Amino acid sequence: MSRQIVMPFGPQHPVLPEPIHLDLVLEDETGVDGMLSIGYLHGGLETLVEKRQFPEYVYIAERTCGICSFIHGMTYCQGIERVMGLEVPERAHYLRTIWSEYSRLHSHLLWLGLFADSMGFENLFMNAWKHREFVLDVMEETTGGRVIQGSCKVGGVRRDIDQETLKKMERDLKGFEKGLKEMANVFLNDDSVASRLRGVGVLSRNDAYVCGAVGPTGRGSGVPIDARMTGYAAYGELDFSPVVEQDGDCYARCAVRVNELFSSIEIIRQSIDRIPGGEIEVKVKGNPDGEYFSRSEQPRGELVHYVKGNGTKYLARSRIRTPTLTNIPPLVKMLQGCELADVPVIVLSIDPCIGCMER
Amino acid sequence: MAFFEMAKTAIRSFVGKPATRRYPFVPGKVTPLSRGHVTIDVASCISCGMCMKKCPSEAICVNKDEKTWTIDRLRCIVCNSCVEVCPVHCLTMDTVYSPAVTTHSGLEVFHITYVKPEKPPKADSVDENKEQA
Repeated sequence: MSRQIVMPFGPQHPVLPEPIHLDLVLEDETGVDGMLSIGYLHGGLETLVEKRQFPEYVYIAERTCGICSFIHGMTYCQGIERVMGLEVPERAHYLRTIWSEYSRLHSHLLWLGLFADSMGFENLFMNAWKHREFVLDVMEETTGGRVIQGSCKVGGVRRDIDQETLKKMERDLKGFEKGLKEMANVFLNDDSVASRLRGVGVLSRNDAYVCGAVGPTGRGSGVPIDARMTGYAAYGELDFSPVVEQDGDCYARCAVRVNELFSSIEIIRQSIDRIPGGEIEVKVKGNPDGEYFSRSEQPRGELVHYVKGNGTKYLARSRIRTPTLTNIPPLVKMLQGCELADVPVIVLSIDPCIGCMER
Repeated sequence: MAFFEMAKTAIRSFVGKPATRRYPFVPGKVTPLSRGHVTIDVASCISCGMCMKKCPSEAICVNKDEKTWTIDRLRCIVCNSCVEVCPVHCLTMDTVYSPAVTTHSGLEVFHITYVKPEKPPKADSVDENKEQA
């Protein structure tokens, strides 16, 4: 048996886009174990909750992450609405669903680009980000912000989308989908991509379940876990099913995200077709008194916002659990038995967002 | 499995127009809803301080005595919160971003020129009431 060595990897590393430190235990060039340490980015967002009034905290909750910012704001609002017993109008639910799915498209396209970059496929990287630009433009046209939308508020949404814009969005999706199909073909059928990803970082279904993998990491291993199935916002009224792959390798996780792009487009289409008219917000009276765990499906997996009110304008406690934290034990499992050269691809395959995890 | 799946797209990108704008020669894309920076109409601000209370980043300071409205452009997160709460609609959101700065010069002070309209004298209103009666 050869000697084991510990190799430090990160937090500043050219192929790792996130500040996470990884102590890789290697035997020759094969990974035996990985020890991850976090804590390079603490921003103290959860303490701010005691100093800002609960309606204003939406802006701060939204700034937890720069990619799925809308979903963070929405999950926080859902928590407060449940504590206060507010009935959000149906139209606001549909608008939230539409913006959530655009966020998912944005996040997956960004990840696919970074993933292509991590395996040295620069052409594909640029192509994925070109498509992402379309999503950002729609976001700006409908909410006013490309990355931080700021369109969610406690009791509903801030902005409405008129019927004409909705129809235009539906029409534009056709051309966008055509471009995506061409790009998806490269990710799913090109031999150079498949040879880099197939059989790399395998996570078995049992391991995924035991380690608590969520989102595309879990679904890539055959665990059909998707918080959207709980039916929050308007998801309960739409027809869709979680995208699941069985192989559990990097290719399967990539395939889940590629297929979810089309699933998201379908959800947006259904939402635009079924969106009812009416109010977009309800008036908020009083202060939250009570606690609630609000769950939603981020592009990376299940997101939990815990809110606790004490009857004043300032919340007593807010706690966020992001999917990256949940996906770290499965990542350690994937690193066992991998090749050193595959480590960047494997780490990236869980779509880590450390900024989001440590706030 | 197939090889050169990307070739078609790559050739099209190579021959076709660039996907991005040639900024700064071509101005950036702006939509009517774009949040650029907050502007104030000093002639109609009543110094109520609602914008200061509702600002999540504490970027606005309203001084009633000195009649000034100060905004720290580098603290402002352009969330539109102040524009929404302003009771007299003197705050508006401009669609163009503030230019980048090289020194910490984000503090902008505006002198409020609003003058409270004088109330009509009481005697007149009493006379009017008498006439109506």
